[in-house]
Amino acid sequence: MNAKALLFDATLCQGCGACYNACKEQNKNSKACDDPLKDHLSADTYTVIEQHHVVDANKNQSDIFTRRLCMHCIEPTCVSVCPVGAMEKTKLGPVLYDADKCIGCRYCMQACPYQVPRYEWKSVNPKVKKCIMCHDRVKNGQPTACAEACPAEATIFGDRDELIQIAKKRMAEKPEAYYPEIYGLKEAGGTSVLFLSPVSFDQLGFSPNLPKGPMPLLTNKVMEKIPTVVSVGGVFLGSMYWLTKRKNEIAKEQMKGNNNEK
Amino acid sequence: MRNNSFFKLTFWKAIAGIIIICGLFSLYNRFFNGLGASTHLSDAVPWGLWIGFDFIGVGLAAAGFTIAVTVHIFNVRRFEPIVRPAILTAYIGYMLVVALLVIDLGRPQSFWHPLVMWNVHSVMFEITWCVICYSTILTLEFAPVILEKFHLRAPIKILKKISIPVVILGVLFSTLHQSSFGSLYLIVPGRLYPLWYTNLLPVNFFISCIAAGLSMIIFESYQNARAFNQGLDIKLTSKLAKIVLYALIAGFVVRISDMIISGRMNALFIMRTETYMFIGEILVGIIIPVILLANKSYRESKFLLYLSSIFVISGFVLNRINVAVTGLTASSGVSYFPSFDEISITLMLVVFGMWAFSLVVKYFNVFQADSTEEIDEIFEPDSKEIILSE
Ligand code: SF4
Ligand code: SF4
Ligand code: SF4
Repeated sequence: MNAKALLFDATLCQGCGACYNACKEQNKNSKACDDPLKDHLSADTYTVIEQHHVVDANKNQSDIFTRRLCMHCIEPTCVSVCPVGAMEKTKLGPVLYDADKCIGCRYCMQACPYQVPRYEWKSVNPKVKKCIMCHDRVKNGQPTACAEACPAEATIFGDRDELIQIAKKRMAEKPEAYYPEIYGLKEAGGTSVLFLSPVSFDQLGFSPNLPKGPMPLLTNKVMEKIPTVVSVGGVFLGSMYWLTKRKNEIAKEQMKGNNNEK
Repeated sequence: MRNNSFFKLTFWKAIAGIIIICGLFSLYNRFFNGLGASTHLSDAVPWGLWIGFDFIGVGLAAAGFTIAVTVHIFNVRRFEPIVRPAILTAYIGYMLVVALLVIDLGRPQSFWHPLVMWNVHSVMFEITWCVICYSTILTLEFAPVILEKFHLRAPIKILKKISIPVVILGVLFSTLHQSSFGSLYLIVPGRLYPLWYTNLLPVNFFISCIAAGLSMIIFESYQNARAFNQGLDIKLTSKLAKIVLYALIAGFVVRISDMIISGRMNALFIMRTETYMFIGEILVGIIIPVILLANKSYRESKFLLYLSSIFVISGFVLNRINVAVTGLTASSGVSYFPSFDEISITLMLVVFGMWAFSLVVKYFNVFQADSTEEIDEIFEPDSKEIILSE
């Protein structure tokens, strides 16, 4: 089965908020704030729309809308850091969370390169909350609620490979409208939510200094050394003990020997 | 005179009492109203003072393994008298850290999950296991002190038989544990401020804990000597201070050369809070104590030794707080200052720790390890013979 993904095209988004509302409905999240442009990601909000005021090289001003949601990374940092494996990357594409495993250490929140996971701070038994790519719908072959609701085809759902082809086609047809890159092909090892934009991605609030490779590598390089540290360290300490003890004994024997000679 | 000391005692007792009452109140708030109500943590700042305190507690416990390895593995017997205080410090430090880790968990009732649900790629998983294993080892290392008080010789014999493998395991676990706190932040290259973020974070954490842990022992020895009106073994402590000096210099060289090689030196010249905090940390924790300790006559002055240990410890605390809080503030976009509950629970644990330490020191044989001949009983006659024959 091909992994599912979302493609968001900022050149098409009107900022209407249909995805935001559909997501709230789908996940039965409370609507404390009704304005998708003013709301922030929270335990009750898995996606928001951000308005970016951009001035291009010709001093043309424009407003660009983008979405924020979990990127469903291909090698997710949140999955790699969770001590109990409460985060899981499914073959289907979505990154899911299992509250029954979670101990609430919040390392996933600290480590996520997109700062996506949110916490139920008010609860005494809090859960981590984030977009789950409408797993219940996707596993039954339906698109995500946000993609279905989008009237402008700015958010579309499909196989990741196919979405990449669609993105390339859009860029080829209207090269003047697009910044010539797809965000999410390589960033932090690749994501299952892809972005197209009329301007460079750092202007849309994407951190420009994310590594291109998978983030978990940063830790794994060190974690891999543990067995070596343990075995080499163990042998070293063991032999040091034996050596120093032996040295003492020899010293003592020599002392005694010297004594006897006397 | 008497009135004076009486007043002093009750004064500190009163302070401790207030701290404990506040702490218990805060603890209630934490467990019955949740983390949101009791802390200033938020989605942007998911870790705060408590994680910083965990780093500090574990770091200051480092003498537990450094002294154990020096005495038992490298056979440097002259440090024998401080093995026990070092292990006791480590033990109490770890107990406090375990308590605070559990309080900090969003779902404390699930604290045991890492025992059965494994993710070996997670640094947090490694940390959990190191805490558990090293606490067990510290229990084994400290048990003889308790057992000898009750004249239980049989279990002491068993413990003595396995003592060397236990010490070795303890060293390995704490090495991993000390460094893994640094590894925690390897995964946030974009978030931790460049003055602190480096691939060498685990190495830096490891080296810095050695100086801090040993300074903690100097500090305690001084306090203890004063409290029980005994002379401070100045020879021994100044030898310790020499190790502290080397560890500080080593840590400094590694950090600065790493910064030069990876081209992060220019960050030092940007005038912003992070830079001041960084310079403060280096000044207090490294430069000043190095100046104090490099001078032999200073190193042999009780008071200056004591003072330098306070500097090293403060600089160490600053460093860990900088990594845990200051270095992340800019990227999170929110400034964080711990809440009343966060502070009072932390202070309460510190009071408990000090209390436990002084109680154990009072009732058990910690500082005068005159029972060491028990440990050495096999060699003791021999060595006496040597001395006699000389
Ligand atoms: S964006 Fe963050 S939360 Fe979502 S999969 Fe990636 S690492 Fe996990
Ligand atoms: S908060 Fe829960 S899901 Fe996140 S890393 Fe910790 S245990 Fe895993
Ligand atoms: S995929 Fe589903 S959960 Fe995620 S933002 Fe869209 S509607 Fe919300």
